[in-house]
Amino acid sequence: MNAETLTRGPYTPKEAVARLRRGDLGAWPVAGGLVVIAAVFGTLNEHFLSPENLTNLALQLAATGTISLGIIMVLLLGEIDLSAGSVSGLCAVVMTILYVKQSWNPVAAIAVALVAAGVIGLLHGLMHTRLHMPSFIVTLAGLIGWQGLLLYLLGQGGTINLPFDGFVSKLSDTWLPVWPAWGLVTALIAGWAAAAVIGRRLRRAADLPVPPVYLTVLRIGGTAVLLAGVVTVLSADRGVPLLLVLFGALVVALDLVLRHTVFGRWMYAVGGNAEAARRAGINTTRIRVLAFVLASVLAGFGGILAASRLSAVNQASGGSDILLMAVAAAVIGGTSLFGGRGRPYAALLGILVIQSITNGMLLLNVDSSVRFMVTAAVLALAVAIDSVARRASTR
Amino acid sequence: MFSATGITKAYGAVQALDGVRLDLRAGEVVALVGDNGAGKSTLVKVLAGVITPDAGTITVEGRPVRIATPQDAQALGVSTVYQDLALCENLDVVANLYLGTERRRWSVLGHIAMERAAHDLLTSLDVRIRDIRVPVAMLSGGQRQSVAIARALIGEPRLVILDEPTAALGVEQTAQVLGLIDRLRDRGLAVLVISHNLADVRAMSDRVVVLRLGRNAGEFRTAETSQEAIVAAITGATADER
Ligand SMILES: Nc1ncnc2c1ncn2[C@@H]1O[C@H](COP(=O)(O)OP(=O)(O)O)[C@@H](O)[C@H]1O
Ligand SMILES: [Mg+2]
Repeated sequence: MNAETLTRGPYTPKEAVARLRRGDLGAWPVAGGLVVIAAVFGTLNEHFLSPENLTNLALQLAATGTISLGIIMVLLLGEIDLSAGSVSGLCAVVMTILYVKQSWNPVAAIAVALVAAGVIGLLHGLMHTRLHMPSFIVTLAGLIGWQGLLLYLLGQGGTINLPFDGFVSKLSDTWLPVWPAWGLVTALIAGWAAAAVIGRRLRRAADLPVPPVYLTVLRIGGTAVLLAGVVTVLSADRGVPLLLVLFGALVVALDLVLRHTVFGRWMYAVGGNAEAARRAGINTTRIRVLAFVLASVLAGFGGILAASRLSAVNQASGGSDILLMAVAAAVIGGTSLFGGRGRPYAALLGILVIQSITNGMLLLNVDSSVRFMVTAAVLALAVAIDSVARRASTR
Repeated sequence: MFSATGITKAYGAVQALDGVRLDLRAGEVVALVGDNGAGKSTLVKVLAGVITPDAGTITVEGRPVRIATPQDAQALGVSTVYQDLALCENLDVVANLYLGTERRRWSVLGHIAMERAAHDLLTSLDVRIRDIRVPVAMLSGGQRQSVAIARALIGEPRLVILDEPTAALGVEQTAQVLGLIDRLRDRGLAVLVISHNLADVRAMSDRVVVLRLGRNAGEFRTAETSQEAIVAAITGATADER
C-alpha cells in the first residue's frame, strides 16, 4: 500500500485556492447570491421575508423548477431543449381536455398527458440522433410546432377552467399540517444519516478512506437546520405546500438516480466525452434519446403543476418567459452548458434565485423591464463563471 | 503467443501494409517504430479489430483466429490504449476505469467494490494519485496516461497495445509511464508500443520491429542494437540487419 493513495483529508489551503482559481466553486456562489437577495429585498420591503410571501414563493417556483429539471437532463449532454415551455403547455391542455371535456379520471388524464409528453421527447431524441439534426433546431421546431398544436386543441374558446375543488387544482391547494411536515423532515434526515453511517462502515470494512466525521455531521446537520427553518416558516402561514414537496422529491430522486445508477453514470459520461463513452461500449444514442424523453416528461409535469396553480389552461399556457426562466435557472444553479457538469439541485437553487428576484421586484412595484435586466445580469454572471471554469479545467 | 503473418491492407492505391509479420510473446515489450505513413497505426488497427486486412493470418497460441470487430479483439484479450486517451474528464478515476463495465446490482452502482478494486489495481501498478475520486481533469498528463493504461487492464487482457504513450509527456511523467510499462511486462502481458522516441524505445522495449513503407524493415533485440542501426532501418539507409 502506498500511503499517498490512502489519505483523503479536507483540502489544504493551497489546494482550496487552486480549486477556486479553476472556478470549481460548487453551489457556494449561488447560495451566497440567495443570501444577498434575501438581505436586499428583506430590508427594502418588510413583507418579503414574511411567511405568507415565502409560501407564495414556494408555490411559484415548483412548476418552472420542474421544467428546469428537465432542461438539466439535456444540458448534461451538452444539448438544449427549447421546446420545454410549449411541451409543458401542450401537456397541460391535453390533461385538461381529457379531464374536463371528456370527464376522465384526473389521474388517468395526467398519466396519458405525461405519456404524450414522453412520445414528444422520443420524437425529438430520434430526430436528433437518427437524422443528426442539432438539438437546437429540433427543439426550436418543437417550440413553434407544439405551441401550434396547443392553440389548435384549445380551439375557439381559448381557455378551459379546471374545477376549483377538483383533484388537479387541489394539488396546489394542499398543505402539510405541522406534524406530518416535521415527520417528513425527520425521516429524510434520519434516512440520510443512516445511509452515511452505513456508508462509512462499508468503506472502513473495505479499507477505503472516509471523509472526516465533522464534514459529514456539518453537511447533514446544516441541511437539518435549513429544512427545520423552512418548515417553521411555512407552518407559520398555511403549512408546507404539497407542490413544494412534489418538486423537492423530484429533485432528490433525480439526483440519486444520476449519482447512483448506471444510467446516471452514462449520462455524465456521454456529456463529458461522447467518443470515449462510445468506445467504452455505451449506447450513446439510447442515452441521448432517454434524456430528451425525460426532459419532455418533466416539462409536461411542470405544465400540469402550472395549470393546477392557475386552475385553468389558456393560450398563454407554457408561453411567455417560462422556457427562458427554466433554462436560466438551470444555468444559474450551476449546470454547465457544455455538458457533463451539473446536478439536479441546480434547478432548485437557480429557480429560487430567479423567483426571489421576480417576487421581490413585484413587491417593490419595480417595472418588469428592470426585472428582466436584473435577471439577465445574474444569468450572464453565471455563464461567465461556467465559461471561466471550463477554460481553466481544459488548460 | 500472438502471431500475425502476411498482413496486407490497401487503401485504394496506397499499400498501407504489404505482407507484414509480427510476433508478440507474453512478458515481452515490443516497440513498433517507423516513419510517418509506415503503416504502424494500420497494423495496430488490424490487431484491435478496427479494420479487417485484405490478406494475412493471425494466430493465438498457434490457433488461427478471426478479428473482425473490436469485440472479437476484446474476447481474445487484446486491449488498446489510443493516443487520444478517451477518458471522460468530468468523471473521477474510478468511474473512468470502469466506464462501460460498471459493477452494479439492479443497475445501482457498486461504488465501494469499484473503488476498492480500482485502488488495488493502481497500487499494484504503483500509480500514485492522491485522491482517486477527483475528476480526471484535475490530474497531470502522466497520471491520465496511467489511468488510461490501467483502464486497459480491467478486462484481464493478454496483449496491451499502446499508441504513442509518451508523446505528450514531460521527462518525469515519461519516466512514470515507462515504469508502468515495465510492470505490465512483469505481469506477464504481451505489450506492443508504438513510439517515435528512440530513447524511450531503448529504455522500455525488449525487441524493436521496424516498418517502412508498409513492409517489415528489420527486427532487433534492443539490448544488442545501437540507435544508429535502428535509425538506418527506419530511413532505409543500408545497415546490417539481423
Ligand atoms: N483510412 C485511410 N484511408 C486512406 N489511406 C490511409 C488510411 N489510413 C492510413 N492510410 C495510409 O496508409 C499508410 C499507412 O498509414 P499509417 O498506418 O497511419 O502509418 P503510421 O501510423 O505508421 O504513420 C499511409 O500512407 C496513410 O496515408
Ligand atoms: Mg500513426
